[in-house]
Amino acid sequence: MTASDETAPAEFAERARPSAFLEVRDLKIHFPTDDGVVKSVDGLSFQLERGRTLGIVGESGSGKSVTSLGILGLHNRQNARVSGEIWLDGQELVGSTPEQVRRLRGRQMAMIFQDPLSSMHPFYTVGKQIIEAYRVHNDVSKAVARKHAIDMLGRVGIPKPDQRVDDYPHQFSGGMRQRAMIAMALSCDPELLIADEPTTALDVTVQAQILDLIRDLQEEFNSAVIMITHDLGVVAELSDDILVMYAGRCVEYAAVEDAFHRPLHPYTWGLLGSMPRLDRERSERLMPIKGSPPSLINVPDGCPFHPRCPYGELTGGKADTERPELRELEPGHKAACHLPLEQRREIWNAEIAPKL
Amino acid sequence: MNKIRPLAVLAAGVVVSAGLAACGGGDDGGSGSGPGYNSAIDKIVNTSDKKGGTLRLADSDDFDSPDPGNTYYAWSQNFARLYGRGLTTFKPAAGKDSLQVVPDLATGLGTPSDGGKTWTYKLRTGVQYDDGTTVTSKDVKYAVERSNFSDELQLGPKYFKQYLIDNPTPYKGPYKDKSPEGLKSIETPDDNTIVFKLKQAFSEFDYLVGMSQTIPVPQAKDTGLKYESAIVSSGPYKVDSYQRGKVMTLSRNTHWRQDTDPIRKALPDKIELQLKQNADDIDNRLLSGALDMDVTGVGVQAGTQAKVLNADQKPYVDNPYQGFLRFMSLNVNVKPLDNVHCRTAVQYATDKVAAQSAYGGPLAGGDVATTVLPPSVDGYRKFDLYPQKYQSAGGVDQATLDKAKQELAACGKPQGFTTKISARSDRPKEVAMAQAIQQGLAKVGIKVDIVQFPAGDYFNKYVGAPKYVHDHGIGMMLMAWAADWPTGYGFLSQITDGRAIKPSGGNNLAELNEKSINDAFDAAISNTDKAARTKAYGDIDEAIMKQAVEVPLIYAKALLYRPKNVTNAGITLGYGGMYDYLNMGVTK
Amino acid sequence: MGPFNVLAYIIRRLIGAVLMLLLVSLVTFGIFFWMPKLAGQTTDQIAASYVGKAPTAEAIAATKERLHLDQPVVLQYGHYLKGIVAGQDFKAGPEVDHCPAPCLGYSFRTSQPVLPQLIDRAPATLSLAAGAALLWLVSGVTIGVLSALRRGSFLDRAAMVIALGGVSLPIYFTGLLSLAIFSYNLKIFPGGGSYRPFSEDPLHWFESLVLPWVTLAFLYAAMYARLTRAGMLETLGEDYIRTARAKGLPEKTVITKHALRSSLTPILTVFGLDLGLLLGGAVLTENTFSIPGLGQLAIAAINGGDLPVVLGVTLLAATFVVLLNLVVDVLYAAIDPRVRLG
Repeated sequence: MTASDETAPAEFAERARPSAFLEVRDLKIHFPTDDGVVKSVDGLSFQLERGRTLGIVGESGSGKSVTSLGILGLHNRQNARVSGEIWLDGQELVGSTPEQVRRLRGRQMAMIFQDPLSSMHPFYTVGKQIIEAYRVHNDVSKAVARKHAIDMLGRVGIPKPDQRVDDYPHQFSGGMRQRAMIAMALSCDPELLIADEPTTALDVTVQAQILDLIRDLQEEFNSAVIMITHDLGVVAELSDDILVMYAGRCVEYAAVEDAFHRPLHPYTWGLLGSMPRLDRERSERLMPIKGSPPSLINVPDGCPFHPRCPYGELTGGKADTERPELRELEPGHKAACHLPLEQRREIWNAEIAPKL
Repeated sequence: MNKIRPLAVLAAGVVVSAGLAACGGGDDGGSGSGPGYNSAIDKIVNTSDKKGGTLRLADSDDFDSPDPGNTYYAWSQNFARLYGRGLTTFKPAAGKDSLQVVPDLATGLGTPSDGGKTWTYKLRTGVQYDDGTTVTSKDVKYAVERSNFSDELQLGPKYFKQYLIDNPTPYKGPYKDKSPEGLKSIETPDDNTIVFKLKQAFSEFDYLVGMSQTIPVPQAKDTGLKYESAIVSSGPYKVDSYQRGKVMTLSRNTHWRQDTDPIRKALPDKIELQLKQNADDIDNRLLSGALDMDVTGVGVQAGTQAKVLNADQKPYVDNPYQGFLRFMSLNVNVKPLDNVHCRTAVQYATDKVAAQSAYGGPLAGGDVATTVLPPSVDGYRKFDLYPQKYQSAGGVDQATLDKAKQELAACGKPQGFTTKISARSDRPKEVAMAQAIQQGLAKVGIKVDIVQFPAGDYFNKYVGAPKYVHDHGIGMMLMAWAADWPTGYGFLSQITDGRAIKPSGGNNLAELNEKSINDAFDAAISNTDKAARTKAYGDIDEAIMKQAVEVPLIYAKALLYRPKNVTNAGITLGYGGMYDYLNMGVTK
Repeated sequence: MGPFNVLAYIIRRLIGAVLMLLLVSLVTFGIFFWMPKLAGQTTDQIAASYVGKAPTAEAIAATKERLHLDQPVVLQYGHYLKGIVAGQDFKAGPEVDHCPAPCLGYSFRTSQPVLPQLIDRAPATLSLAAGAALLWLVSGVTIGVLSALRRGSFLDRAAMVIALGGVSLPIYFTGLLSLAIFSYNLKIFPGGGSYRPFSEDPLHWFESLVLPWVTLAFLYAAMYARLTRAGMLETLGEDYIRTARAKGLPEKTVITKHALRSSLTPILTVFGLDLGLLLGGAVLTENTFSIPGLGQLAIAAINGGDLPVVLGVTLLAATFVVLLNLVVDVLYAAIDPRVRLG
């Protein structure tokens, strides 16, 4: 959140009100620490419409989760500096009071977390936690809320929901727990659903079920969904668009088709190369990205990916000094890279795609 | 087995905690109002006959027992006179006057006959218990029997058992022996007469019957060990309740009559004694006026000493002798201290001032001593057989050291010798004293090693057992001593009479066994002339000092606080230098 | 888990507790009798310390018999256990006193039966401990929560400095200081030794306990504030707190209903142990404020080598600790559904 003096005047806000359901503009989330400022998100912009799914991918520490928590307004004002704009259905969130944002949380925007065991309170029954989520935004009796909770548990595919509603999280299996988590998130019909690695902690067989469930529910509720993951497979399965994050910024944004078949950023290539595929010959090795993600305190000068980029030298030193802009290179397809577009296409076609 | 133990030795353990480097001299005066510093030492101050109010007392510990027949503490004997009347007691007065024995339940002091072996007392008529029944001489006899001869009541002194003639078959006390005559050597020819028959002439029997054990106990009301919580009162106050470790409350005994009691004023309406109170808090309460008296009378805590010596408080402070001597015994059977010259060398070379400082200085520790009898005991005579001079910078001066060296030469040890000095390990000040003495003696070549023993076993297992002392070559032993009754005999006989040497648990640590001295004790105690006895005790003291077996260190003193609320405050020496509680009152 | 399981569990634990108390009493017995014997003391010497100031041979023999010191330790222990089950007789002098079961024996020093003394003194200690416990729990947890929520703020730093002081200052010092200021100078509260039982005078009871409560609570509140702060900080970082916030719960609900409840469970364990030990005698506080509780009794008994009283207080204290531990465990299961009794 920013302090109030940074808030755009009402007039300006009126003019700037976007048409998209969710629009994030130049979002920056910085954490001052004793060692320096951690720039977890550093100028991120994107849009999302109802009924659409955006996949945000990137390595750990690229700012994916921070972004989602930022949208929900879950950062502590004391230790996080948030600037930019987040527009949700015509309301700007960064400049809103914490109380205003709180009222939206759970009702208009909800979140599914990665580890359903640690994300549910161990001392309360699943039912109680859903009821609590429902009643905080809906003025209904406990009995009504309980009925709703059972109903929700049923809809996410939990058998005998009227019995399981009184069970504690630890009495559920991993998959069932994630279903319960989803039921809780959807209990108030949110228009924006953020799923942060919703399947990472689950068995592979359960993963698919959960993803199916999210897709079905999205269709049913017509929500906008942000799917945060490091698993490109999940993105391919569910998303309409992909946003690739690196060092707190977007390095490529594209429709799923384009991102998988015509990616325009070496980092995206790297991600694709790291993805195991069944249709590939076993003898060939994966092509992991060398090196490790950069420190968010001392982000490398120039293109933040250049220390790890195999093609950085081809830019004639530009990658080391100048930060590449995120540019729309094709309709709906943006990337931030100094390499000439043609050269990138050549490299993709000649060197990368055949090996995948 | 006969054995005498001092009342005040118990108190000595408590006073050990005093530990202030003295600030301010012992001179009188100080600013502020009030009767003045040390004013209650030799006269009763704040005299008053005003009745009423509550006298508030506190004790950091508890009674051994408030049962007059089962207590040994000096303050408890002092205090018990509020709810009980023995045959005699110490005169309610301050200073020297308080050493005088006066009749209490008896109409007069004892009449000796049969050469001092038979003592007869007449009881006052009309003395009643708090239940309205009349006190008889049989109750006094019973009280002595139960306190001295029963297995159950063990805590008090056993002098009557020691001096009274036993039955042909040893008397086992009234709980086992239900025969009507009981102990035959106590006769009660009528309800107002009691006759004691002793094994030997004993001129100080009036002191013995002044102990709380002659406070009458009606046999029908005796509950043995449980009597302490159901005491029948013969004094001006009855015991409303005694709750061990908590509180004792007294209120007026409506059956007590002033006309039967010429020595008591019975001023307060109520007396409350709080037990097991925090010692430092007691001092704070005394200073704030929330409390009238620390009943144990052993002085304020180390932390309070500086406070009470401030000019505004000093007029309410007394610094009396506590009736006991701290000294060092030199064992005549441990070489080379078997030689009087070696002992004399120690007399000269011992740094008594350093020992005094180690014990808290002149105010909290006491005065440097040169005699065995302290000034507060009948028979004390001031003399100094081994005069010492001290350097201004501290330490015995060269001339005195030279005398010590001459004595060493005469002893055949011109270069000095080596021995051990004992102290009680759980009494840090005694250990500090031993260290001070050790340093002083080193100047003439006498090397001493300090050995420490726990206080609980000090006499029973270690220095009181001659064999242990001889086997381990412990030539010097630190101890403190006070008398159960304040005469030369009461004080000296147990520590210097050769017949007090025992296989263990003895107090004659020097093992002094001089026939002339032993005989002098016998002569003195059978002499009915008090003045002659008093002189004899001074002579015995000198004779002991000539043997050089005891090195007197300090006459113990303490800083007592006397709140302005208290009336008739005077230091009684009869109970070892504490305030006399008999006639204490309060202004509000 | 059904109520029968819980009951069975409690019964099992109680049986264990009894066994433990037997062991505690046996060890205490051993320390008292075997240790001196190992150190070379004879029975006579042991008995001599209970005789008083004139220990004649007869007196020692009589005392040995009266206190059963002449018997082997095992028999003495059996005698003690028998007293608990069947009562004991005690020769008080002219008559024989009977102490009905459960009899914890008679004091070696004061010849009083032990159990009535414990019962007599327990309310003072209970008053002191319970009041202080309430005070330190409320204040410690409140300060701890506020510190955690405003981590790094002036309040947090100040609270933690004061907490450090509370932990390091001895009760003897803070107690006497508070008495000097509030009782003797300002005369707001009654001074030391003013405790009266609740049943006698409730108002006075309260007044006289304010300073002891505050002094004792200060020590513990400091510790609990630190514990709570650490627990809260840890809990606030938990995923389920993020979930609670993500649901749109008001911050107050998040703190009280979600965070505090989890942070308090470890505190509950410590609290049960602390309170149990205190109920066995708040020795320092009782001494400083001259409150006639179990702690004073215990100290007097230990100093006086008064075995039956030492045993009594030890067993009572052990009972409190065991029972409170049981309560804590049952509560734990009630609070945290993942915990199973068994």
